[in-house]
Amino acid sequence: MNKPFAITLDPGSSLANHTGSWRTERPVYVDRLPPCNNQCPAGEDIQGWLFHAESGNYEAAWRHLTTHNPFPAIMGRVCYHTCEGACNRGKLDAAVGINSVERFLGDEAIKQKWQFDRPAAESGKHVLVIGAGPSGMSAAYHLRRLGHQVTVVEAGPLVGGMMRYGIPKYRLPREVLDAEMQRIVNMGVRVVLDTKIENVLDTMKEGSYDAAFLAVGAHIGKRTAISDGEGPRVFDAISVLRGLENGEKIPLGRRIAVYGGGNTAIDVARTVRRLGAEPIIIYRRTQDKMPAHAFEIEEALQEGVTIKCLSTIKQTDPKGIVIEKVQADSRGSLHPTGEYETLEVDSVVLALGQNVDLGALKGVPDIELNDGVVKVDANMMTGHAGLFAGGDMVPTDRNVTVAVGHGKKAARNIDAWLRGTTYAAPEKHQIATFERLNTWYYSDAPKTVRPMLDVIRRQSTFDEVQGGLDETNALFEARRCLSCGNCFECDNCYGVCPDNAVIKLGPGKRFQFNYDYCKGCGLCVAECPCGAINMVPENI
Amino acid sequence: MSFQPVKFYQTGTFTVGNRLLEPDQRSVQANMERTNSLNSGHRACQGCGEALGARYAIDAAMHATNNQLIAANATGCLEVFSTPYPETSWQVPWIHSLFGNAAAVATGIAAAIKVKRLKGETKEDVRVVAQGGDGGTTDIGFGCLSGMFERNDDVLYICYDNGGYMNTGVQRSSATPPAARTATTMPVGAEPGNPFGQGKFVPSIAMAHEIPYVATATVADLRDLEHKVKKAMTFRGARYIHILVPCPLGWGSPSGDTIKLSRLAKETGLFPVFEAQYGEITGSAKIREPLPVEEYLRPQKRYAHLFGKKPAYETIVRLQALADRNIRRYSLLDKEAN
Repeated sequence: MNKPFAITLDPGSSLANHTGSWRTERPVYVDRLPPCNNQCPAGEDIQGWLFHAESGNYEAAWRHLTTHNPFPAIMGRVCYHTCEGACNRGKLDAAVGINSVERFLGDEAIKQKWQFDRPAAESGKHVLVIGAGPSGMSAAYHLRRLGHQVTVVEAGPLVGGMMRYGIPKYRLPREVLDAEMQRIVNMGVRVVLDTKIENVLDTMKEGSYDAAFLAVGAHIGKRTAISDGEGPRVFDAISVLRGLENGEKIPLGRRIAVYGGGNTAIDVARTVRRLGAEPIIIYRRTQDKMPAHAFEIEEALQEGVTIKCLSTIKQTDPKGIVIEKVQADSRGSLHPTGEYETLEVDSVVLALGQNVDLGALKGVPDIELNDGVVKVDANMMTGHAGLFAGGDMVPTDRNVTVAVGHGKKAARNIDAWLRGTTYAAPEKHQIATFERLNTWYYSDAPKTVRPMLDVIRRQSTFDEVQGGLDETNALFEARRCLSCGNCFECDNCYGVCPDNAVIKLGPGKRFQFNYDYCKGCGLCVAECPCGAINMVPENI
Repeated sequence: MSFQPVKFYQTGTFTVGNRLLEPDQRSVQANMERTNSLNSGHRACQGCGEALGARYAIDAAMHATNNQLIAANATGCLEVFSTPYPETSWQVPWIHSLFGNAAAVATGIAAAIKVKRLKGETKEDVRVVAQGGDGGTTDIGFGCLSGMFERNDDVLYICYDNGGYMNTGVQRSSATPPAARTATTMPVGAEPGNPFGQGKFVPSIAMAHEIPYVATATVADLRDLEHKVKKAMTFRGARYIHILVPCPLGWGSPSGDTIKLSRLAKETGLFPVFEAQYGEITGSAKIREPLPVEEYLRPQKRYAHLFGKKPAYETIVRLQALADRNIRRYSLLDKEAN
């Protein structure tokens, strides 16, 4: 034994001492569902694509985004971004400008001419999609990605549906719409225009289609009998918007009454305002009850649209229209007052909602209707096997994002149906709530506001009202994301462990616990900014 | 703030690492190849602030000296939990001194290296760190420490301050804060806990020696701590860093609250985070979100007697006054300078 005085053992490392045995609770890495993702009607992985955008890899961000929604440039303009209302950052300072970053990515993709990959293998199945609106084109995209042959049949002269005929140019420039539609055609999706399907079953038989997705939208304007043939002419809002889009001259006159309080009423009023008319919106309830979005009402007022609330149109009159004043009681019920006034107008545009043209389903067995729309099951299938439906023609909120979500959901279910299975959606993670965040770690950063077009130009031109972000502020905005519930590799757990019991696996690979030494102190859980670590009891 | 924080990178430099930063802007602790000077398997309690602070500091010192470092360690928790014979957690040349002479042992090592270099026996510029808890530093080792400062020996002394002799059963030290309960302070009576007006704040005493560099830090702000250790290594002569390290056992706090309490100590102003050169304060870490001292005191059982059925308002007000004095004295609320 050759050791110093009083030394009998060789020096050893404390690694022999497995302190993990002290533990009563263990930390585990989890992924939670960020509230934005949970809110998105199109099921986008918002936190996921912001993660790529944060590092400036816009193409990766765009590719990740478009696995769920092929239309970021459109979404970045017309989506009502309820995700931002759910954003946890809203409780800290202001919600992340998700919509503006989405638009930036969409515009960047158009600028850089990024294209979708064609499917790796063809399934040999052929799916008919009826209607080239947001729902139909979304379904076509997802079906094509899954390897199916897709033919889209559209009754109108151009693709886009309500995105073209319901949303004015000043909100959605047509070159943006065309670019995102063309990209889907480039994947090998066949589009047949100017063709109205008389009977879907006959068409399927003739074309030997294996399944069909109906997404014809709701294009028939609801009417109400107010005219006795005298006085101003009466139009419906959807026909007016479609006619103006197709360049028709519509004899609307200068003073135009728009009847209704929804987004379509605002769209018509703002469109005719740009053509030099003086629109007045007649709505029966108070302004705060208008179904139109508050920001659109505000923008319309800025542009010189007049809104007359608590009024109903009784009938037309040789000079104009007769309006009855309405009173709302404390419970919100409306009562006619019997007080009338005459408003001099040249025409009336009815914006009272739209009905669905169900012509293509005539004679199809097992189709169930509900209040003028088609009933579908949880898998988006109608009562008739192999016939799926989505968008405005099924019971739903009618907006572009919901329609795009329907297209995705239907495509997945059609794909499963064609394979003789049923689509099983992966189980949702628990919601990443604000309380689980450690907000100390996030930098203070105010929201970036998008520029607005000057009001004078908004009154006379169809230039886009809302501008976009440029590269620097889009990057800034993306980096405001808190990455709720999903590890973004900040190294906090790796750093704060007093026992070196966190193993860093390298960029993009996240971390792992070394349970041989983890004592279960919970520091990593407490100091994880985004709440992606859980403590679970040990079985002792 | 002693270092230039990176702004607008989601978490800036608040977190340990940040995948969006350039490698040279990242912390030592974020590195996959960090030294892990104090390795796994040590016997410190769950959530030990001292184990964490020691790894932070010594890893940073190793990084700054290109791994040419020797550490002398006073008796105390840090020595007991890291090196029970024949095991050790240290991955750095390390010597255990007596309780009171770590500064003197380090001085001797520094002198030996100097001689070896003069004789040409080594070319390596090996640097020396001495470390200990507040007991070994502010009480028992204070004479040796003051001598090391006075002679301006080329040693960085790091004190891990958890406010008491924790490993022997939570006895009072001269770094125990006022009103804190320990095993050897008044348990009952009109003013239970450590009396006001006693104890000492060694960073101020170190500054009075006008040594090249003095700094305080907490385990809640890693970037600040690492910056100070690296900066200390750019000086020759005596340097002193005083790191606040919460002790879940002695403070009566949940093990997962160690970093939160350090943060609260700094944010309430009870523990001033600053640095000084040659006796002059050169900067302080500013308070980001001003908070009343109660936020810091209430989660700790050593202050539980202040928050009973009859809260000790007067004592809380006196502690708040100490915080307010720190805020004035060290300019902790200067938002512009942040």
